[in-house]
Amino acid sequence: MTDYLISVKDLSFTYPESEDAHREHPVLNHISLDIERGSFVCILGHNGSGKSTLAKLLNMILTPTSGQILIDGKDITDPQMTEEDIFEVRRSIGLVFQNPDNQLVATVVEEDVAFGPENLGIPPAEIRERVDNALRAVGMTEYAGHSPHQLSGGQKQRVAIAGLIAMLPKCIIFDESTAMLDPQGRKEVMNTIGMLNREKGITVLHITHNMDEAVAADRVIVINEGEIYLDGTPRQVFSEIDKLNAAGLDVPQVTALFAELRQCGFGLPADILSEEEGAELLASALT
Amino acid sequence: MLKDITLGQFFPGKSILHRLDPRMKIVLSILYIVVIFLCKNLAAFAFITLFTAAMVVLSGISLRTILKGIKPLIFILAFTAIYNLFFYGGDRLLVKLGFIEIYYEGAMYAVAMVVRIVCLLVGSSVLLTYTTSPIMLTDGLERLLSPLSKLKLPVHEFSMMMTIALRFIPTLIEETDKIMNAQKARGSDFSSGSLVRRAKALIPILIPLFISSFRRAGDLAVAMECRCYRGGNGRTKMTQLHLSFRDFAMLFVILLCGAAVLLINRFVPGFSL
Repeated sequence: MTDYLISVKDLSFTYPESEDAHREHPVLNHISLDIERGSFVCILGHNGSGKSTLAKLLNMILTPTSGQILIDGKDITDPQMTEEDIFEVRRSIGLVFQNPDNQLVATVVEEDVAFGPENLGIPPAEIRERVDNALRAVGMTEYAGHSPHQLSGGQKQRVAIAGLIAMLPKCIIFDESTAMLDPQGRKEVMNTIGMLNREKGITVLHITHNMDEAVAADRVIVINEGEIYLDGTPRQVFSEIDKLNAAGLDVPQVTALFAELRQCGFGLPADILSEEEGAELLASALT
Repeated sequence: MLKDITLGQFFPGKSILHRLDPRMKIVLSILYIVVIFLCKNLAAFAFITLFTAAMVVLSGISLRTILKGIKPLIFILAFTAIYNLFFYGGDRLLVKLGFIEIYYEGAMYAVAMVVRIVCLLVGSSVLLTYTTSPIMLTDGLERLLSPLSKLKLPVHEFSMMMTIALRFIPTLIEETDKIMNAQKARGSDFSSGSLVRRAKALIPILIPLFISSFRRAGDLAVAMECRCYRGGNGRTKMTQLHLSFRDFAMLFVILLCGAAVLLINRFVPGFSL
């Protein structure tokens, strides 16, 4: 039996008391999905598709309207959950947000990384150790004494990630955490995410708009209109170009190029994801 | 332009005053202020001036910075001096110019008051604001006041608010700059016209700034909750403050200074307040 860290069963969510009538319809509509421990999953979807809502449901910032969420086998929708249980869920499922400025609390980088462990009531000596380890893991040790506003966007996001690592999470959800960054910062953060997944075995849920980032994942889930629309490996998902376009999503440029070439009658495969791969195929087709 | 605003008045350094425990510094500042108010005669004022000067030297803060700090107070100092000089009665008349009478006591009183205000300002800023980073100050205050949380005073919450305010000041300044540039690009003019006109021109800056602050506050609250924040209960701190030998040494010095002032008050003759 496969080891699932997160199991979502028939989950629905409607924002309560929303004033606009058109928001009355559920943001998430009977979703079921399982996330394997240690996997790197990308969640795609256009604005308002419900992907951020899903992230907030998973770490109990929001409570589902109906359905069940199991984290590590424990039902977090159980009304019997104590406050301690809730904080345990939030500790094990970290959430990194979009705006790097709005999630750092302290005026010094290392103090900010210590914020989470301090809230958990961990002894000072151990916090020190965790903070040093976390900063080393994201490569920000030399900035430990800096103030957050002296850092670039990518560096701030890495500090935010360090803040979660220091709480020793099982899973980190990135809620469009690369959307506000420049290409350099995006690369830094993506490298950090990959490292966490590979070396620390942390399960990663990466919510994004950027198709090229999704290519790196083990699995891609497309959410559309509050429902799971496509689910599979990047190759499987991105070969469904028409379906993706219908959901308002693009495919990576190379994949789009190959699709057009196929339409022109060239016998090329539909599941090309990386530029190198594409270049090689084109070269061999031309000779 | 806005980036030049310095935050607080902290000057980083490695002097003994910089390295004191912030809790001790707060206590020392209070004691120091008490000592200033204990001074009764000119000799005592001379002594406390010397003591203050010694602290300035010890802090390694340049004299120019100190003088800059006094500058905004010049008007108050002048007013205090003139007021006491002309309106303080006594029995040893020094000068009489028409209806203006200056007495010896008035002159002494004026000197004493000016010295008191200057020492108060210079001493407390050298002890606290110039040599303690705002975050250390907040931390020290929180720990010093933590017994009050037993009386249900929200000490932790206040210090958290202070920390967040300090954290977001540079961010908000940056944002103000951005909004101002955006408004300038649309032709708004902040630097000419009457005062009322200029104040009105600030409204299109303040409103977006306000709205974005609320949004930031909302985001930050969720982010803090995600990081298991639940107020001060059961919270530990990474950095621990330790009182060391130098803290007690400084405390001893201040107490000694107080004792010296009391002795001078009693045994050195001369004008007394």
